[in-house]
Amino acid sequence: MSAITDTALQAGPAEKARGYWATVGRRLLRDKVSMVCGFILLLIFLSAIFAPYLGLADPYQGSMIRRLRFIGTPNYPLGTDELGRDMLARLIYGGRLSLLIGILPVLLAFIIGTSLGLVAGYVGGKVNTAIMRTIDIFYAFPSVLLAIAISGALGAGIVNSIVSLTVVFVPQITRVAESVTTGVRNMDFVDAARASGADALTIMRVHMLGNVLGPIFVYATGLISVSMILAAGLSFLGLGTKPPEPEWGLMLNTLRTAIYVNPWVAALPGAMIFAVSICFNLLSDGLRSAMDIRN
Amino acid sequence: MIEVVTAVDKLEPIEDIGGEAQPLLHVGGLTKHFPVRGGLFGKSKTVRAVDDVTFSIGKGETVGIVGESGCGKSTTARLLMHLMPRDAGDIIYDGRKVGRELSLRELRRGMQMVFQDSYASLNPRLTIEESIAFGPKVHGMADSAARVLARDLLGKVGLRPETFANRYPHEISGGQRQRVNIARALALSPRLVILDEAVSALDKSVEAQVLNLLVDLKREFGLTYLFISHDLNVVRYISDRVLVMYLGEVVELGPVDKVWDAPAHPYTQALLAAMPSSDPDNRTLVPPITGDPPNPIDPPPGCRFHTRCPYAEPLCSETGPKLTDIDHNGHEVACYMAIPNSGHSRAPVSEMTA
Repeated sequence: MSAITDTALQAGPAEKARGYWATVGRRLLRDKVSMVCGFILLLIFLSAIFAPYLGLADPYQGSMIRRLRFIGTPNYPLGTDELGRDMLARLIYGGRLSLLIGILPVLLAFIIGTSLGLVAGYVGGKVNTAIMRTIDIFYAFPSVLLAIAISGALGAGIVNSIVSLTVVFVPQITRVAESVTTGVRNMDFVDAARASGADALTIMRVHMLGNVLGPIFVYATGLISVSMILAAGLSFLGLGTKPPEPEWGLMLNTLRTAIYVNPWVAALPGAMIFAVSICFNLLSDGLRSAMDIRN
Repeated sequence: MIEVVTAVDKLEPIEDIGGEAQPLLHVGGLTKHFPVRGGLFGKSKTVRAVDDVTFSIGKGETVGIVGESGCGKSTTARLLMHLMPRDAGDIIYDGRKVGRELSLRELRRGMQMVFQDSYASLNPRLTIEESIAFGPKVHGMADSAARVLARDLLGKVGLRPETFANRYPHEISGGQRQRVNIARALALSPRLVILDEAVSALDKSVEAQVLNLLVDLKREFGLTYLFISHDLNVVRYISDRVLVMYLGEVVELGPVDKVWDAPAHPYTQALLAAMPSSDPDNRTLVPPITGDPPNPIDPPPGCRFHTRCPYAEPLCSETGPKLTDIDHNGHEVACYMAIPNSGHSRAPVSEMTA
């Protein structure tokens, strides 16, 4: 083989093969912020999952004489709520429902919205118009109103509120996915892949998905907190979770009457929603920069 | 990984059907107009990006396309690769009409393209080896065989496979990336490679290395090139024949030496005169051509060059001249000044009628 051999190009040791996701994982492990956020989320998830084994007080057992105790009261480390129930137990048990209702609709919408946006952005033309204009119809309604309307039509219940929240988030994620896809679609490497004779599905899977997932993912994680708040709104209207079920959004709502009496305890469910959403946001941000291997 | 038909270990090149004499690619009447919407109530207009372009490329030949930016060079390349639909025209590959006798999938085996932007034309998420192996896998090659092929090709374009196979595009230089793009184009063992400004973005020394590599690869694999560039020196170096385009039309076509030594179209003359001279005693003092090319949205009637042509006569603005063979030896020009008895005052008068 008498091809041109450029000695300058041959310097450097041979490199070991490493997969893309292994590289991303290694870069993520080096990111302190992401690791701290990941740890906090892990803690919240594990405590929610293993709540019955933590030796907590009964989250449903109220007491008329021990209402609205302050944080740090003996036996009630985080105080009690307006019906005298242990806040610590309610917060941990509440995580079960809140995490479910916060994450599941976003996850479902992420899958549906990314697929729709990818197809709309890649195929373009009439398909794009059909998908995006339909999405625009949903987009025209304020998200709270849409969630209430769908939930109201379907009837009360957790499953129905998850469905209605999914419908609320699909248009938003589709729109982001479509705009990112349109940007990537015009890159030469997509044309090069088309020139090699690959079909649309293969190109979307091999060449598009990895390049569009990052920004969509970051946007979607930002919706988790919105989902929790919207779910709380539905619960307040009697369309979602029903009292005395512990759920952060519902707790935030019912405790708002106690905001002048015991503001710190009243703020606790909000603090949990805040902690979960900011951790998700920072973690996904870290994941995105880890996925962007150009840096 | 892709389309589990039956994984093969080797891709046979598309066979030579017509023999030496048959052109590898014949393009006839290739046309692409882009509609431009003129606002909500405005009249819709069309950009005539490529207008009735006809040429052929012989087997083993290198044909250059030159012209100013916006003259339709790259659109022509994309139309040939079927990356965008054409409005009219036939593309015949080795005697077989694409779409009828030759499937698009087969054509893509036989014809590949190298893009100008070496970075944008590689997927940032794939290693170099994966990028090169993608094409062969699409055409049914087994993953392991495709990777072996990719490493083999890396060696042929002068990149040590052990060092480069697992790198990502951002980890290598522009010249190295363009070598990777060349390897990727060769992975399907095509017979025709379209090089769309493939060396234009590289600095001069790297450009020379890549040009030499292209010459070597052509010899080794028996390739045919369609070389698109705005750099006239590079085109002269690498091409056998050259095609000069102006506003979507071919204005001159012929063997590169003939066109360079005796350019017959005033646009070609101006283009060649605009080349910077390296001789200080022989500087270009008078601008050979002035003004911008007219807006391709509504090209001037008649000869499209008449608005900038120093020799334009009323005749030129009426109907455009046809591409005419002026020496009966493949030097074709679309200019009334070169066409005998055309009516232009500078046109030669042929002996037959004189």
